[in-house]
Amino acid sequence: MDPLVLARIQFAANISFHILFPTVTIAMGWLLLFFKLRHRATGEKKWMDAYGFWVKIFALSFALGVVSGITMSFQFGTNWPGYMQTVGNIAGPLLAYEVLSAFFLEATFLGVMLFGRRRVSENMHTLATFLVAAGTTLSAFWILALNSWMQTPAGFEMIGGQAHVTSWWQVIFNPSFPYRLVHMLLASGLTASFLMAGVSAYQWLRSDRAPAVMAALRTGVFVAAMLIPVQIFVGDQHGLNTFEHQPAKVAAMEGVWDTERGAPALAFGLPNAKDRRNDYAIGIPKLASLILTHHVDGEIRGLNEFGDRHPPVAPVFWGFRVMVGTGVLMLGISWWCAFRLRRGGEPSPWLARALVGMTFSGWLATLAGWYVTEIGRQPYLVTGVLLTRDAAAATPVPLLGISLTLYLTIYALLIVSYVSVVFHLARKRKLVDRDAEDLGQELPQ
Amino acid sequence: MNDLYPLIFVFLMALSMLIYVVLDGYDLGVGILLRRASDAHKDEMISSIGPFWDANETWLVLGVGILLVAFPQAHGVILGGLYLPVAFMLIGLILRGVAFDFRVKAHDDHRKWWNRAFYAGSLLAAVSQGFMLGIYLLGFDYSFASVVFAAFVGLGLAAGYTLLGATWLILKTENALLDRAVRWARGSLWLTGFGIVAVSVATPWVSSRIFDKWFSMPNLLLLAPIPLLTAVLFFACERQLKHMIEGRPHRAWLPFASAVGLFVLAFVGLAYSLFPYLVVDRLTYLDAATAPESMKVMLIGIAITLPAILGYTVYSYRVFWGKTRELSY
Ligand code: HDD
Ligand code: HEM
Ligand code: HEM
Repeated sequence: MDPLVLARIQFAANISFHILFPTVTIAMGWLLLFFKLRHRATGEKKWMDAYGFWVKIFALSFALGVVSGITMSFQFGTNWPGYMQTVGNIAGPLLAYEVLSAFFLEATFLGVMLFGRRRVSENMHTLATFLVAAGTTLSAFWILALNSWMQTPAGFEMIGGQAHVTSWWQVIFNPSFPYRLVHMLLASGLTASFLMAGVSAYQWLRSDRAPAVMAALRTGVFVAAMLIPVQIFVGDQHGLNTFEHQPAKVAAMEGVWDTERGAPALAFGLPNAKDRRNDYAIGIPKLASLILTHHVDGEIRGLNEFGDRHPPVAPVFWGFRVMVGTGVLMLGISWWCAFRLRRGGEPSPWLARALVGMTFSGWLATLAGWYVTEIGRQPYLVTGVLLTRDAAAATPVPLLGISLTLYLTIYALLIVSYVSVVFHLARKRKLVDRDAEDLGQELPQ
Repeated sequence: MNDLYPLIFVFLMALSMLIYVVLDGYDLGVGILLRRASDAHKDEMISSIGPFWDANETWLVLGVGILLVAFPQAHGVILGGLYLPVAFMLIGLILRGVAFDFRVKAHDDHRKWWNRAFYAGSLLAAVSQGFMLGIYLLGFDYSFASVVFAAFVGLGLAAGYTLLGATWLILKTENALLDRAVRWARGSLWLTGFGIVAVSVATPWVSSRIFDKWFSMPNLLLLAPIPLLTAVLFFACERQLKHMIEGRPHRAWLPFASAVGLFVLAFVGLAYSLFPYLVVDRLTYLDAATAPESMKVMLIGIAITLPAILGYTVYSYRVFWGKTRELSY
């Protein structure tokens, strides 16, 4: 097998595993802070109980995020030496700032947040919770600055085959960065809130309807219902930005082979890379042009215009549909449920089951979105600057094969364990809650 | 001036690696000792490292990060040459890190498996790190003799980590577990001492370059304090542990401090053996350095954040100062 293909599979497997956990923790940190602040404002015990339960899932996700992140930090150099050689002057400082400003902050205060409740003052504990949430968000800021720069590079010049910075401001706030950062933070908010709503609905279905469960259920549902329309709007704006800077990617997302005016949006179709057409296409006339150019007869450049410098179509095309489809489903379910829950209502059993089914929908949409983004950038690693194949290491195939097998085995095991432990904790909550009550009595509140 | 930046960055890299080895060393060591502890003691031992391990590991991220961003060429060569042991180390760190949470949260029947994963992950990570060091010292040679040597270094480092772990437990635990920790410390001290001697003898033997560096005049005299101090620390530690076994528990900090001292000395010796090379006989830190402009940008960040990092690290150790209490959220 081609070492380049293996290296790509390995990198994709590792980062896909890694991102599952940051998407949970980034927003969950803020939700926990919200629980704490509600408790302080109202004095109601249910908020602290909800905190006590969700902080466990947070800690678990955080641990998985950390260990898989450490794997990532070794992979840049081992799998893509050409990457650092060409754009190291940009990637290096951005990665360094992430470690220095974000990782140490979150890792150190995590200890205080998790275990320090009886050792530091209440204010200090709230501050630690805030710093952990801020640290995770800050790390998303830096890593997305780098990733966005790879998509839409700016603020540099090439001297002797190496990128040299001309403006750090332009490097960080490159054209696609604001869209990506906001879209990703919202994706994290949706992932965490659907997880919260789904697990709480599961508890509700098992007749665990304690105030803490209802509080978490309502928080999850309302946060999701608030975020999803914003996400759809931001996603649309993000698409317009990509249309401007990476037209080949958008052509792949929409399945447009020949440059067209008044291009349809495909509801269905099988991109056929061999004959360079879509089979069984069902399109809504002119919609793609309307969305992307705000004009029914706007022009969309087709894939054929880019020679062989365009991404593989099928994964981008399908990834996009999975993400948008999940987003629409999220909108329907969260709004319906928010409507039922308004003014202290309860969900119906069917609605609760639907929420349970959506527990990990955020993961699906996030991975699909990232696949669109990253595969859509191919054949480039840094758009227009560096080809993926020029960055790869000459790692011998057997080494890649052994390590990839090891990683995949352990990741499969850990995902199964994670999901089953989350539901196991949900079933056990009643006992846990009693513990939390004992703890509550000791605390001077 | 432009040569100064790479020097600052090798220093910072070495410093964060040293901090990593000492800090993650004690928590990996506690993980290795877990196997010998009763179930009740296991909880107490893990509680003693629970609030720290994540931040401890971040020093590894920083060390490798500096290697990547300041010396990208060396990063490729080193981690490429250590591809498989690195993968094993990462698997070990993954198992160990997730076991912290899974062991208390998973189904009761699975708990003992996560305890085993905790132990196995800690041991795998420790041995792989030592193995990496051995292979690295020999310039990525995978001949039979080198692999045996590297495996030895792996076991030696694991012994050193258990020493750090056991002496850490002396600081953090009480009663029955404290007694056990003292005995563990004594056992691992002897193992560590043996490891240090073995590696010190073997290294000049397998690498003539290192031999020349140490055993020529006047280096031999100038370097003499390193082995001498090592011996002093070793016997100070041994004496203190003996006192503790005889029931004289004062100066409980001394074993941990001397274990840290042993690591620092070994590290200085190593640094001396290698300098100025990042990759033995192939790449010096000057050859491998990235453009001064990006080092400058990073140095600004380091100057601002490093004091803050040290500050809140000290804060967090103070919050959890003293004997460990049961941990709960
Ligand atoms: C949008 C968010 C995001 C993305 C795209 C990435 N990460 Fe990440 N990473 C985080 C968000 C995050 C986080 C939220 O900060 C984590 C996850 C959970 C956690 O505990 O911290 C984290 C942890 C984490 C750690 C451990 C930090 C520690 O010791 O505390 C490392 C070394 C990395 N990551 C490295 C990477 C690399 C090299 C990536 C890219 C290829 C990457 N991450 C993508
Ligand atoms: C966190 C979510 C992310 C996911 C799910 C993800 C997914 C992927 C996938 C699927 C590929 C393989 C594409 C292909 O080879 O066809 C890839 C490649 C890559 N990504 Fe990402 N990625 C993520 C974030 C990032 C970030 C934040 C960076 C850098 C800052 C990054 C850098 C790279 C690099 C260097 C490659 C390898 C070269 C390539 O194949 O293009 N990725 N990623
Ligand atoms: C429903 C309407 C949505 C639209 C129109 C939309 C649009 C887009 C577009 C155009 C991209 C690719 C941009 C590029 O790479 O250049 C993208 C990426 C992405 N999407 Fe969506 N999206 C939607 C919903 C969602 C949802 C519900 C989630 C997650 C919960 C999500 C998560 C992501 C992620 C993580 C990425 C990759 C990161 C990035 O490039 O920002 N999206 N989205």
